[in-house]
Amino acid sequence: MNMLDNFFLIALPYIAIAVFLVGSIYRYTYKGFQLSSLSSQFLEGRKLFYGSVPFHWGVLFLFVGHLIAFLFPKSILAWNSQPVRLMILEITAFVFGISMFIGLINLLIRRYTTPRLKFVTNKMDLVVYLLLITQTFLGLWIAYNFRWGSSWFSSLLAPYLNSIFVFQPDTAAIVPLPWTVKLHIIGAFTIIGLIPFSRMIHFLVPPINYIWRPFQQVTWYWNKRKVRNPNTLWSLHRPKNN
Amino acid sequence: MDVRSQISMVFHLDKCIGCHTCSIACKNIWTDRKGAEYMWWNNVETKPGTGYPTKWEDQSIYKGGWQKDNGKVTLKGAGKRRGLTNIFYNPNLPVIDDYYEPFTFKYLDLIEAPEGNDQPTARPVSLITGEPIDIKMGPNWDDDLSGTPDYARNDPNLKNLSAAEQEVMFQLERMAFFYLPRICNHCLNPACVASCPSGAIYKRGEDGVVLINQEVCRAWRMCVTACPYKKSYYNWHTGKSEKCILCFPRIEAGLAPACMHSCVGRIRYLGVLLYDASKIEAAINDDTDSLIDRHLDIILDPFDPKVIRAAKMNGVADSTIHAAQFSPVYKYVKQWKLALPLHAEFRTLPMLFYVPPLLPVMATVKQVDNSAQSEKMNPIAKYWDDNWLYDTSTKDLWGTLDQVRFPLKYLASLLSAGDEELIKDKWKKLMAVRIHRRRVTVGDISNEKADEVLQEAGITAEMADGIFYLTALAKFEDRFVIPPAHREQAIEMMDFTGDTKGEVGFGIKSKLRRGL
Repeated sequence: MNMLDNFFLIALPYIAIAVFLVGSIYRYTYKGFQLSSLSSQFLEGRKLFYGSVPFHWGVLFLFVGHLIAFLFPKSILAWNSQPVRLMILEITAFVFGISMFIGLINLLIRRYTTPRLKFVTNKMDLVVYLLLITQTFLGLWIAYNFRWGSSWFSSLLAPYLNSIFVFQPDTAAIVPLPWTVKLHIIGAFTIIGLIPFSRMIHFLVPPINYIWRPFQQVTWYWNKRKVRNPNTLWSLHRPKNN
Repeated sequence: MDVRSQISMVFHLDKCIGCHTCSIACKNIWTDRKGAEYMWWNNVETKPGTGYPTKWEDQSIYKGGWQKDNGKVTLKGAGKRRGLTNIFYNPNLPVIDDYYEPFTFKYLDLIEAPEGNDQPTARPVSLITGEPIDIKMGPNWDDDLSGTPDYARNDPNLKNLSAAEQEVMFQLERMAFFYLPRICNHCLNPACVASCPSGAIYKRGEDGVVLINQEVCRAWRMCVTACPYKKSYYNWHTGKSEKCILCFPRIEAGLAPACMHSCVGRIRYLGVLLYDASKIEAAINDDTDSLIDRHLDIILDPFDPKVIRAAKMNGVADSTIHAAQFSPVYKYVKQWKLALPLHAEFRTLPMLFYVPPLLPVMATVKQVDNSAQSEKMNPIAKYWDDNWLYDTSTKDLWGTLDQVRFPLKYLASLLSAGDEELIKDKWKKLMAVRIHRRRVTVGDISNEKADEVLQEAGITAEMADGIFYLTALAKFEDRFVIPPAHREQAIEMMDFTGDTKGEVGFGIKSKLRRGL
């Protein structure tokens, strides 16, 4: 058991993170054309609503939630110190989990019952669906059976994840946990490792810049004002015109 | 003054014969790829008609363009808040059925079918699924179908017309129509650029061509919604949006864009306009009534020394300024004031201008009493209830303008944001040119009458001759005044597009594969 634990809880995270970093940077740098959310709304624009919207808002909330619990475990524990606040957090997270789960099921059904979508679907899409559905189901199972997840995540898993990132992996607190929790951790790192090889990569390129960029964008090949300016050094900026 | 140059276009609708050669030229070069089969960067519509995609002008359906409410101009269906919150599901995205499902025919069945008693047929199959389909729609499905209830009657531009006016319009043999060829307008205030969350769309400073960077596009598909002309298309195979590129590889090589080069009716003109970018903001915020005036105000006189100096300061090439002075577009739009932008009320400041059609509109329809005729006809043939007379005789010139077959209101809705006087003004000029030329060539019109007509239309005899020359006689070099792109100094970005033809994308150096 020890070897398996070591592989899945120490080796796998490092492999996954390395593959994720190298793969994503390579794909972003050299395969820019392949970076797309590959929306299929254009081929089927009705059923998508009941899948995409609950899934995406759910996954967005839960991702941010896990991230906060990992980065600021103490503040989560402080928040959870009052039962009412703990209940609010747990119930909200559970609702988003259900929303994500229902969304995924709807997306899966939509993709395999709409004839047109067969032609924009590949095997990796199925892998992604099954992996995410399993992961979400495990998450809901854990949240329901082993309460209260937000608290013990902050006190057990946050230090473990932290130990991974500071290259001093410490699984002592994780090994005794139920196998469902371990499976959830393994699933998480598998998903991270698969990001560069699947359409999930589009989550790395969210259009955040849009919030502050001006509406209109005009692009010049070169700075024409500068080129025209006689004080500009010719050796540096050869006049490109006329 | 912030002078920039824009390659812009004029389409002379009087000359369009609706042959679709432009569409085919464009399709053969740019969109005969998987995922792009349904795209027609250039298409020709029959007006009145619903167009492509169906009813694209009706922004209550498609939510395209800009809208002004509470004094603020915002994108109607996209924008920062709406675009980002709807990013997982765009409620205003047209789907493929709003265009048409692309199809081909199983031609091989014609030669490979086993011998039998029946003629083999080539069944239509979908280009998406490969399954046999019943074709419901095509890119010009309503070609020449003016007057039919399914198409012409559903034209969004008819909503301002009373029932009686519509009736008059459709009366005469139910066949009064003209053609409207459309490409991307390469707007000065493009809604697609403003709506793109990933910032993949940009306007080129040198020539104003609006392009989508295929490497940056992430398929958030807001541009499809935002473009009120529906000229940004989503490639369902690559997961990228594409649009008309004004054949920039051809323009940079000094060639006319394929649609313009191949135009049989020679209706298309292309040239440089110098414009003042600092006036754009005021123009898009203007009231709808004066929108077109403000739009045309942005365009500068390329002969004005002040403009030339400012243009040089801004780095506009001398060759571009020179081309602007010979631009046929400048003549049509500014000197003769004959051309108007399509649907200026969308506030994108389109830089493709149309000369309104005159020929299909000048005859009138009169109501007459045909009961005597009906009685004679009834026993012989069918019941005769046509009480309308197609009248091409005109007693005095301008009198007919108000009762033409195409109500002014219709063309005003299309080309002048509702201003009927503007359309009337163009019609007068077009008619005056005809009368003037008739005086010159046939000589059966008195000088006094012709001069009076010219004066009332507000043009001189020289202008009329110029309009006549550019309309009827213009050679290739007159119609297309393309400035050198000076790409000899730029980095070589593109391969010969023919090398990568059939691949995804066009002319980009690496082989392109759809994302996982």
